[in-house]
Amino acid sequence: MLRIPCPFCGPRAEIEFRCGGEAHIRRPPDPDALSDAEWADYLFLRSNPKGIHRERWFHAHGCQRWFNLARHTVSDRILAVYPMGAEPPADLLAAAGD
Amino acid sequence: MRRYSIFTLARNALTGHRNWPRAWRSPEPRPRYEVVIIGGGGHGLATAYYLAREHGIRDVAVLEKGWLGGGNTGRNTTIIRSNYLHDESAALYDHALKLWAGLSRELNFHVMYSDRGVMMLAHNTHDVRIFKRHIYANRLNGIDNEWLTPEEAKAYCPPLSIDRGARYPVMGAALQRRGGVARHDAVAWGYARAADALGVDIIQNCEVTAIRRKGDRVVALETTRGTIETGKVGIVVAGHSSVLAEMAGLRLPIESYPLQALVSEPVKPVFPCVVMSNTVHAYISQSDKGDLVIGAGTDQYVSYSQRGGIQIIEHTLEAILELFPIFSRMRMMRQWGGIVDVTPDRSPILGKTPLANLYLNCGWGTGGFKATPGSGHLFAWTIARDEPHPINAPFALDRFVSGRLIDEAAAAAVAH
Repeated sequence: MLRIPCPFCGPRAEIEFRCGGEAHIRRPPDPDALSDAEWADYLFLRSNPKGIHRERWFHAHGCQRWFNLARHTVSDRILAVYPMGAEPPADLLAAAGD
Repeated sequence: MRRYSIFTLARNALTGHRNWPRAWRSPEPRPRYEVVIIGGGGHGLATAYYLAREHGIRDVAVLEKGWLGGGNTGRNTTIIRSNYLHDESAALYDHALKLWAGLSRELNFHVMYSDRGVMMLAHNTHDVRIFKRHIYANRLNGIDNEWLTPEEAKAYCPPLSIDRGARYPVMGAALQRRGGVARHDAVAWGYARAADALGVDIIQNCEVTAIRRKGDRVVALETTRGTIETGKVGIVVAGHSSVLAEMAGLRLPIESYPLQALVSEPVKPVFPCVVMSNTVHAYISQSDKGDLVIGAGTDQYVSYSQRGGIQIIEHTLEAILELFPIFSRMRMMRQWGGIVDVTPDRSPILGKTPLANLYLNCGWGTGGFKATPGSGHLFAWTIARDEPHPINAPFALDRFVSGRLIDEAAAAAVAH
């Protein structure tokens, strides 16, 4: 059970949240202009890193707001929390440490 | 390879079992191989065996970063079945099922394949419709699958509760009688021993750290045990597929999730078959050692930790207890996790890549063990002939571009 540091409510048990998958994937503004491969890239290709994963979380049984986390996928250690729509903190790689 | 038989067993018993030969060699990696298989799990070892046995290609190395079968092959709940929905999947999984039947004899290694039946429970109107659709689709493809009433389901599996007052009552079940279980470690060891006997080098504790390319060809692999030049490379590393693919400059439609399982204390035989329930998220069988082997849905976040949250285990055991109340006092002994590589359509990727001599076998997600012999056989075919077999042709990487997805989310039977 992860402990998720909701930026609005404080640390809560993982079962209060839904993980929204990889963050910073922007829906293309003009899908009709894309090739099939570019559209498939947006729909299906994912980083799936063995390392720092930037991902979205939704506090389903709490404030019901979205936020971003950076978590290391080997240790499951949460390295940063930052607002939806923002870029990850610049010192994220330095914080990794594992 | 010294054959295992009643005669060798008797001879070795008389000499105190001190003279059994090693089941496979541990050679130093050679500087070059015609084919390198990255991944020494069941699928990778099976691939190497079929390359040597079916295609006469013996200049093969299997590179395993840990110990044989130490990944998902050693962590699954051993269920074997072929009752998937679509024609392409039916062919793929039944290809494997047919190979399971003769595998112990072919490998001269007892893999303990037991076709005790796999029963999938329906708990609501939607389940009933979906499972009947699966049954009709399977029968049209010549695959056994039949509908049982709740009473018939209980007769097939006596510990099952069909109490109408349950939160998710059993409304019926789909039974594949040819489905069952096998001993997962034995499959890895059996294929390893047979492949080694045919000349395949199995190199453990050898992690690939880089893939060296020249244009659209792989020329060599950097590993923790030195540089190995290669003719062809097959990547078959399950949860680590994206890691290896990235070394080759490829991104994949894969996400790797924890999948947990657990076993109980061993008890006398009480559970005669495999039972699975999508809706209440649990599947269970009893091993020949006597432990209940119980599996769950995936955790909800990408992780390579081989661990997950205890809430998954609690949720799964709640389901097990509602279905099988007699187990309420069973002690659970051991819990673990694997890393399952999940695709958007819950179907595997088995075929060529944009690189001319690089082949990919991944995306089996929560359901790779059952396909082990078929996956190895088809991957060997694809590598040897540089083109897919008709059975794995639909499972190409480029189906995500063409849109020809093979949606087996329901048949995958695991919530994720």
